[in-house]
Amino acid sequence: MTETPATGPDPAPASTGSAGAQPAEPAEAGSAEAGQTELGTPGKPAGSRARLTGTVIIQAITQGSSAVITILAIFLALVVGGILIVFSDPVVTKAWSTFFSYPFYALTQTWDSVSFAYSQMFEGAILNPSTVSAAFHGGSIAAIFYPLSSTCAQATPLILTGLSVAIAFRAGLFNIGAAGQWVGGAIVATWLGFGVSLPPVIHVIVCVIGAFVGGAVIGWFVGLLKAKTGAHEVIVTIMLNYIMYDLLSYLLSHPTLLQEPHQTNEIAPFIANDANLAHVGGPPPQVGIGFLIAVAAALAVAWLLSRTTTGFEFRTVGASPSAARTAGINVERSWILVMLLAGGLAGLSAATVIQGTNTQLTFNSYGTYGPDGITVALLGRARPMGVVLAGLLFGALHVGGTYVEAATLGQVPADIVQVLEGLIVLFVAAPALIRAVFRLRSTAGTGLEAAAKGWSG
Amino acid sequence: MTTLAEAVRAPLTTERRHLAAATFIVIGLINIFVFGMLAHAGDASFELSLSSASVKIPVVTVPAAPVCYALGAVALGLGVLRATVPFSRLAKRLAIAGVLVCFLVSLLCWADAGALPLNVIIISQGTISASIPLILGALAGCLCERSGVINIAIEGQLLSGAFTAAIVASAFGGLWVGLVAGSLAGGLVGVLLAVFAITYLTDQIVLGVVLNVLVLGMTNYLYDRLMSTNPNYNTGITFGSIKIPVLSEIPIIGPIFFDSNIFLYITYIAIIVIQVALFHSRWGLRVRAVGEHPTAADTVGISVLWIRYRNVILGGLLAGIGGAYLTIGSVGSFIPDISSGFGYIALAALIFGRWTPLGALGAALLFGFCEEMALVLPTVNPVLPAPIMNTAPYVATIIAVAGLVGKVRPPKADGQPYVKA
Repeated sequence: MTETPATGPDPAPASTGSAGAQPAEPAEAGSAEAGQTELGTPGKPAGSRARLTGTVIIQAITQGSSAVITILAIFLALVVGGILIVFSDPVVTKAWSTFFSYPFYALTQTWDSVSFAYSQMFEGAILNPSTVSAAFHGGSIAAIFYPLSSTCAQATPLILTGLSVAIAFRAGLFNIGAAGQWVGGAIVATWLGFGVSLPPVIHVIVCVIGAFVGGAVIGWFVGLLKAKTGAHEVIVTIMLNYIMYDLLSYLLSHPTLLQEPHQTNEIAPFIANDANLAHVGGPPPQVGIGFLIAVAAALAVAWLLSRTTTGFEFRTVGASPSAARTAGINVERSWILVMLLAGGLAGLSAATVIQGTNTQLTFNSYGTYGPDGITVALLGRARPMGVVLAGLLFGALHVGGTYVEAATLGQVPADIVQVLEGLIVLFVAAPALIRAVFRLRSTAGTGLEAAAKGWSG
Repeated sequence: MTTLAEAVRAPLTTERRHLAAATFIVIGLINIFVFGMLAHAGDASFELSLSSASVKIPVVTVPAAPVCYALGAVALGLGVLRATVPFSRLAKRLAIAGVLVCFLVSLLCWADAGALPLNVIIISQGTISASIPLILGALAGCLCERSGVINIAIEGQLLSGAFTAAIVASAFGGLWVGLVAGSLAGGLVGVLLAVFAITYLTDQIVLGVVLNVLVLGMTNYLYDRLMSTNPNYNTGITFGSIKIPVLSEIPIIGPIFFDSNIFLYITYIAIIVIQVALFHSRWGLRVRAVGEHPTAADTVGISVLWIRYRNVILGGLLAGIGGAYLTIGSVGSFIPDISSGFGYIALAALIFGRWTPLGALGAALLFGFCEEMALVLPTVNPVLPAPIMNTAPYVATIIAVAGLVGKVRPPKADGQPYVKA
C-alpha cells in the first residue's frame, strides 16, 4: 500500500508518486494535462501550435481542470445559496404559495430577491456602478476603488492564516491552532505597540517581528511536542487555542498587564501611532501595508516550498514521513520548523489586524481568522498563490456579506457568506461531484490530494 | 513496506517508559510542592449528600496539606515503579488513571482548604452533564473512524442536532419529537459526510472542517431569520429528570448516576452497546476489518462501502442526540454556536482514548470534570483568577497527551477512501 491515499478515482500521475522521487512542485492537474498533450504529439509542426493551445483549453473545460472546477464550484455554491435566500424571504415564499395561479409572479419575485442580494454583494465588495457614473460627473475617483480596497483589507489576515494552515498541510500536519497562534502574535504586537516607545519606522518593524515571534513560539511548542513525545498536533493545537483565549482574557482584565486603565471591559490601550501599518497612497480607500506583507509572505512561502532544500524536506515529510526518514531527512526537525513558521504566519496575521485595521486588541479581536484560515487554505489547495486568491475571494464575500445585510435591512443576514464559503470549499473538494453535476468527462486529480490526509500523517 | 516503516520508525516507544515515569513524578511533585505547600492551613471538607437527600452522610473532613503530601507520594511511587518495572498494558492504563485521580483530589484539597465544604455530589453531577455531549460525540467519531472514515464533522453534527432539536421541540411543543429531529439532523450531516467521503472520495479532513463551517453558517443564518424574530421557535423547554426507582435512593451513587434526564440513560446504553458490539460481535469484527484492511474485508465478501455508509450515518444520529442534549437536555434555548468547540474536544477525547469507546469515555469524563472545575473553583478559592483556572482542562489534556499517551495508532485505513480495484 502506498502511504498517500488516492483521493480521485483515477489520480493524476503527479500525486501518486512519493514526493521523494519528485524534485519539482507537483503539477496542478491542468498543467499536467497540458504537458501530456504536448508530449503526446512530438511530431507536430510548430505551425499547429495555436490550434493545439485551443484544443488544450477546450479539453481543460470539458475535462474539468482545477481552475474550471473551482469556477463551477463557486457557481454551484451561489445557486445553492440563492435557494437559501429565496426560502427565507417571506415575500418570495408567499409568491410561491400562489404559484399555480400566478407562476410568472413567483418566478420574477424569486429572481428579484436573489439577484438583488448578489448584486448588492458584488457592489459592496468589488465595484459599485453608481460610483463610476458619479466619477464621470465630477465625483471622487477614489470612491470607485473603495469596495476593492475593503476587500483587500478583509483578505489580508485571511491570507496569512491561510498560509499558516497551508504550509503545515504541505508537511502533513493539520494546524487547527492558527487562532491560538494569532492570539500569541496579537499579545506581543499589542504590548510592543503601546508599552514600548521607539522611533517611527523601527517601531512598526519591531511590532511586526514581535507578532511573528509571538505566534511562532506557540507553533514551535506544538511541533516540539509532536517531535519529542508524539503528541498529536490536532489535540495540542485545539487545546492551545482555548489556553490562549483564556490567557488573553486574563491579560486584558488586569490594568497592570494589558488592560486599558480605567476600563471595565476586556480591552487593551490603543497602540502608538508610530506602530501603525500605514496605507499606501493616502486616506483609507487605499491598500494597506498589511496586504503587501501578506502577498510578500505568500511569495516567500512559495519560494521556500519550491526552491529550497527545507521546503523540499517539508513536502517529502508531508508525502510520507517514513519514506522521508529512510531518505535521511530529519522528520522531527521538519515538524518543529514548519510549525514554527506556521505559527509565525498566524502571528503576522494578528499584526496586520492590530497594527492595521483595529489598532486596539479586545477579547473578540481573534474573530474567526483561525477557522477561516483552514477553509482558505483548503480552497487555495495549500498552494501559496492559491491561498492569496482564496483569501481575496473570502475577503470579498465578507465585505459583500456585511454590505448586503445593511442593504436589505437584515433581510439577508451576513451569515449567508459563511454558508457560501462552506459550499464553495465543499464543492471544490469534491471534483467528482462537480463533474457529475456538469457532465464533465475524465478524471484528473485536483492537486488537493497532497494537502491533507489521514491521522497518521 | 510495513517492516521497512517499522524499521525506520522513530524510537518513541523506548523513550515512552521514561517519559511517562517523568510525567508521573512531575505530577507527584506538583501535588506536594504546589498544592500541599501552598494550601491554606486548615481542613478540606467534602459533602457527600444533597441537602434534599433522605439519608444524610456526615461531611468528610481531611487535613488538606497532609493529604496532598500523601497523594504526591503515591504519584512519585508510581513514577519510580513505572521507570523500573515493566508494566502490563492494563497496569499502564490503571497507573495513568491513578496518577490523574491523585492529581485531581490534591487539586480539590488545595482549593477547599479552610473554605466551605465542597459538595462532591454536585461536582459529580456537573461533570457528567458536561461530559454527555463529549461522550456521545466521541462515540459517534468512534463508529465512523473504526470503519475507516475520519469524522471531524462531530462539531457540525452536534450543532445541527442542537438547533433542530430546539426549533422542532419549540414549534411542535413535543420534546420527544425534538429529540428525534435533533438526531435526524445529526444523521443528515452524517449522510453528507458519507456521500462526499465514500462516493465522491473527498478528502475527509477537509470535508469535516467544511461541514462544520457549513452547519455553523446555516444555523446562524436560520437563527437570524427564524428564531431571533420569533421566540415561539425557541421556547427553551427541557426534559425533566427521571429517577430510577430503587437505584436513585442509594447514597452517593444514586443522585449521581440514577437521577438525571433521558440523555444520561441513552448515553449508558450507547456506551455499553457500542463497546460490546465493536469488540464482541460479528458486526464489530467486520467494522474493524473494514477500518483496518478494507481490501482484505472485501475479499472475504464484506461490503466495505455499505458498512462505512451505515456506520457514518449511525454516528451522525448519535452525535445528533448529543447535540439535542445541548439545548433540550440542559439549557433549553438555542444560541448561535452553542456547541462552541465541544465537537473538537470530543475528537480529542476519541484520540486520547485510542479510538475505543471506554477510552473515549474516560477522556470525556476527564474533560467534563475539568470544565466543571473551571466553574466551581473560582467560587471556592478566588486565589487564582477565573481565566487561569479555565485553562486547567486544556493544560491537563496537553500534559496527558504529551506525557502519558504519546503516539497513538489510528485504525489503519482511517481516512482512506476505498476504491474497488
